[in-house]
Amino acid sequence: MTTRIGTIFEQEFRQARRNLWVVLATGVLGLFAVALALFGAGQGAALKADVLTLTAASLATLSVYLIPLIALLMSYDSLAGEIERGTLALTFATPVRRWEVFVGKFLAQAAAVGLAIALAFGGAGLLAAVWLGTGAEGIAAWLRLMVTAAVLGAVFVGVGLMLSALAGRTARAAAAAVGTWLLLVVLYDVALLGALMASGEGTFASHVFPWLVIANPADAFRLYNLALIETAPIAGIDGLARTLPFPPVAALAGLGLWLGACLMLGVIRTKRIVP
Amino acid sequence: MTDPILDIRNLCLSFGRLRALEDVSLSVRPGERLALLGHNGAGKSTLFKAVLGFLQPSAGRIAVTGHAPGTDAARIAVNYLPEVVSFPRNLTGREVLVFFSGLRGAPRAAVADLLARVGLTEASDRTVGTYSKGMRQRLGLAQALIGAPRLLLLDEPTSGLDPVSRQEFYEIIADAAARGSAVLLSSHSLEEVQDRTDRVAILAQGKLRADGTLAELAAGAALPTRIRVTAKPGAADELHAAFGGRRVNGCRLELECPQDAKLAMLAQLGRHEHALSDIDLAAPGLNDIYRHYSGRNETEDRT
Ligand SMILES: Nc1ncnc2c1ncn2[C@@H]1O[C@H](COP(=O)(O)OP(=O)(O)O)[C@@H](O)[C@H]1O
Ligand SMILES: [Mg+2]
Repeated sequence: MTTRIGTIFEQEFRQARRNLWVVLATGVLGLFAVALALFGAGQGAALKADVLTLTAASLATLSVYLIPLIALLMSYDSLAGEIERGTLALTFATPVRRWEVFVGKFLAQAAAVGLAIALAFGGAGLLAAVWLGTGAEGIAAWLRLMVTAAVLGAVFVGVGLMLSALAGRTARAAAAAVGTWLLLVVLYDVALLGALMASGEGTFASHVFPWLVIANPADAFRLYNLALIETAPIAGIDGLARTLPFPPVAALAGLGLWLGACLMLGVIRTKRIVP
Repeated sequence: MTDPILDIRNLCLSFGRLRALEDVSLSVRPGERLALLGHNGAGKSTLFKAVLGFLQPSAGRIAVTGHAPGTDAARIAVNYLPEVVSFPRNLTGREVLVFFSGLRGAPRAAVADLLARVGLTEASDRTVGTYSKGMRQRLGLAQALIGAPRLLLLDEPTSGLDPVSRQEFYEIIADAAARGSAVLLSSHSLEEVQDRTDRVAILAQGKLRADGTLAELAAGAALPTRIRVTAKPGAADELHAAFGGRRVNGCRLELECPQDAKLAMLAQLGRHEHALSDIDLAAPGLNDIYRHYSGRNETEDRT
């Protein structure tokens, strides 16, 4: 079992590197992290706040857009493309279990996203810390950001793979991935804000709304990071970060549930594929 | 007699209301090469997918070395080359084989030998993107040879290959059969598999129409010899009256007669020598045999 998962992992990870996904993702994320750190340096001097902490807050907000996009782009074609090219039929004809294929692909792509995040955010954080100075609080905020960003990446790799198994064809999988990104990352927040405006102060705002926020993995990630940064300038939905009816860790549980659900659905779906 | 590696009994398989396979029975023994012939849509790929356990039969039984399709024992025994497969362009030929060896639990050390068998040693460390169509197909075949399979399933393995690549391909298959693999391959053309397989099965619209050696199929079809007679000007009517047959144009007549009546017919024609200007004999060819079994008659084909 482990050698077969290892074989799939090795192959997927090698392809992620050869397709320049890791390099590209590292470059984009690193560039944004450095740019935000420089911006934070200007702001930090005025606010007399720790630069790394401030940057962690703004980077968390930006990561919500970038990391799901990178993870979905990396994974959406993984199964659908192999069905179309005929290689999945070859793989499924070997003694490999279908769940091993799904899990092996997931681990490799999550590792590739994680590696890009570690390199980009790690490098930018180190640079900012050495150059602009920081404290224990800043380092903690930054590490939290890196780890949760990697988890967010893993969740969306899981979403992308599940969509790939569900769609079965590259074109449909691509449409599903774009739609999911728009829905979870952009439209969801707009809809929630609209609902909040419409309902005003009431049970919706105090009891339903917070749960709806952490029900979305992207929002849960941002809320967790912002809730633990006291100096973060926040607005919109994130105002909730100051009045959470539950401990911030609960937001992480939301991410975990998403991950578990995607992997389970994906494996079930992969078992039904006729290659 | 040795036990068959692949044994299919009364297999039926439907896609909704479409009956893709109906009551198909065949078997392949170790070292035997069986060609499965049929037009597009005859059900060849469907049969392969049923043997691999990807599709569930609605009736009948498939046994691979005595095991049900999809079980570990069956999956280890069978290797497969699908109709269309394109390996990732950014991996090398060696990496592709190492990957599938890993999934089959076959030793990595055997990969070099496989590459040599299909003549890809030189190109083994180049990426698949740089391979020609023939090289890619040979890589697919090398993949199918991993772990010395008991049964090789090759779905239209030579379609799109030039005659030289095709010949090389069949040599590798013959070599695998000589090592004891049972081979089931599909094709469109009887001419192509003639002398390159031991037995031929013909599938048409999901039904098995024939199964035997080429000689058995030819005998079973009992196709007539066709005699084309050209009459001297004005003499065509006389010949038509004497022999019947089909008038092709003003002066030509087409006659058909069973193989064993050929000489008698020619002797009889000799008696009308004064009316004849030419005689042309056509023995039934491979295409005629194939058409006979696959149920497409000639007039349909000509249009
Ligand atoms: N997944 C499927 N769903 C519905 N019909 C199918 C499917 N696969 C094949 N068929 C139909 O089954 C018949 C046999 O197809 P196939 O086995 O691919 O033929 P061949 O390989 O001999 O060209 C065709 O009529 C085809 O349209
Ligand atoms: Mg086919």
